[in-house]
Amino acid sequence: MPLIELTGIERVFTLGDSEVHALHALDLTLEAGEYVAIMGPSGSGKSTLLNLIGLLDRPNAGTYRFEERDVTTLSADEQARVRRERIGFVFQSFHLVPRLTAAENITLPLMLAGIEPAERVQRVKQALADFGLADRADHRPDQLSGGQRQRVAIARATIMRPAMILADEPTGNLDRATGEEVMRLLEVLNASGVTLVVVTHDAALGARARRQISMEDGGKVADIQGAGPRASQALANGSG
Amino acid sequence: MTPTDTLRFAIRAATGYPLRTFLMVLAMSIGVAAVVVLTALGDGARRYVVDEFSSLGSNLVIVLPGRSETGGFNPVNAITGTPRDLTVEDAQAITRAPAVLRTAPITIGTSEATYGGKLRDVTILGATSDYLKIRQMNLAQGRFFSDEESSGTTAVAVIGTKIQSELFGVDSAIGRVLRVGDRRFRIIGILAQSGQGLGMNADEVVILPVAAAQAMFNTNTLFRILVEARSRAAIERARTQTLEILKARHDGEEDVTVITQDAVLATFDRILGTLTYGVAGIAAISLAVAGILVMNVMLVAVAQRTGEIGLLKALGAPGATIRNAFLAEAALLSATGAFLGYALGQAGAFALRTALPALPAYPPDWAVVAALATALITGLLFGVLPARQAARLDPVQALSKR
Repeated sequence: MPLIELTGIERVFTLGDSEVHALHALDLTLEAGEYVAIMGPSGSGKSTLLNLIGLLDRPNAGTYRFEERDVTTLSADEQARVRRERIGFVFQSFHLVPRLTAAENITLPLMLAGIEPAERVQRVKQALADFGLADRADHRPDQLSGGQRQRVAIARATIMRPAMILADEPTGNLDRATGEEVMRLLEVLNASGVTLVVVTHDAALGARARRQISMEDGGKVADIQGAGPRASQALANGSG
Repeated sequence: MTPTDTLRFAIRAATGYPLRTFLMVLAMSIGVAAVVVLTALGDGARRYVVDEFSSLGSNLVIVLPGRSETGGFNPVNAITGTPRDLTVEDAQAITRAPAVLRTAPITIGTSEATYGGKLRDVTILGATSDYLKIRQMNLAQGRFFSDEESSGTTAVAVIGTKIQSELFGVDSAIGRVLRVGDRRFRIIGILAQSGQGLGMNADEVVILPVAAAQAMFNTNTLFRILVEARSRAAIERARTQTLEILKARHDGEEDVTVITQDAVLATFDRILGTLTYGVAGIAAISLAVAGILVMNVMLVAVAQRTGEIGLLKALGAPGATIRNAFLAEAALLSATGAFLGYALGQAGAFALRTALPALPAYPPDWAVVAALATALITGLLFGVLPARQAARLDPVQALSKR
């Protein structure tokens, strides 16, 4: 069952008098459980694609079927509901709320979904333990290291048990060792069945994925399957 | 998001930026406090004046010699010349009117009082036996004039407490002889302390029988006749009957002015009430300013927290949730400011009452309710625009900002 089916997607931005085709005649199908890297230079449309997949943006033309349902025609609030329940976001700059503690940041999606406070506490506690943040629960983001911040962000992205995680340059603000650790976390999540889409311009990072999509000037230029399994297999072995 | 969560989120946002929150709460509280204190002052002045008039006595009708005309020159005055004097006989005639309980003719002047080598300027009040009852005053010692004493020129006097303490010290003045001008009077009573009333301090007065006072000032005329109606309902009848009697006694000419205490009171009440409204209005401007400040601060907050709003959208918060969160924050800050301002205002009014004990500076209930309501409503109203702006932000653009 395809998780995502994009057909004939067009996304045009108007900058002054000129029109920029950020995405042009794009078709893309992602199966559930896939590990995909979207690569390309800046301006290639990879971030726009990620925003479209994440329902943060709407295409000018084309259809987007998410879990076999046409989501292009949904209202903003219905799209918000899909994001809330099915999609987790991980950002390059973490996007933690600075005044809230790690635990409170992780609670946000549960709060937005209206989950009972008792259950929230339970799930957040579990998530903190899972991501090795149990002793950092009451720290604010400025009291955490970069790696810890991104772990909080990943815990927040997964707390609603989404079908898909969208990561935009998740290691962009981290050093190599911390970045490695964060990628490993994401890959373990993928191994548990969550679809993982990583946008990066880092070829080494992209090479870890089982499927690499290269973008240029708003279109796919390459779609390579099968390079990654060995790498992620090796990682799984190495970590296990 | 449940209302509890929205509120908790707003509280965290408000406490997360303490300086901003403090300034906004301060602005709002100053506005509310200004309304509370200024209306307390205005209403205190109103009550003060009303109390002053009430202290004159109840159910009072006051007769003044001469006809007060408004609207400029009256040709009748040119023909008839000076009005006739008010006399003690006029007062006695009024006493016979059915709606009138009692009357008190009074005459006023100043003179010097001496006792034991001490000299003092005093207000001389010529009065009759009913004066004390009409003014609802009490004696501290001794007795007041008998009917007999007040109709004749018996040389007796009743003095105020200040005269007692300044001329006689700790010794009782009862039975002593006080020299007023070139005449001598035996003191038979001392007034209880009562303070100010009708611009005259009753503590510094020497009361003589009206005939004695008239003789001293060599006059027949009266300053006023105080008329007490039989009841509150009879005030208007007492007024018309008084006018009829005096008209008949003054050759059919209406040459006196009869005012009722109620009319004077109502006028002052109205004037000072309007003043209070005016002052409240001025103070309300500061509330409006505070409201605009709330809007500006919230707009800045939206701009500052664009990234956060983008994140909330990415996490699946619908527009309404974000709007409510910002509205709740504005409402929270306004409410805190309003109640803090209310407390501040009450403290200010208390300070006023402490500094000026004579002034009953209590803010009227309507002003307190209006100030709190205006603060909450302006806060919410001016919070709507920023909240809507936050809800409408494009998530992609919002997320790209840090």
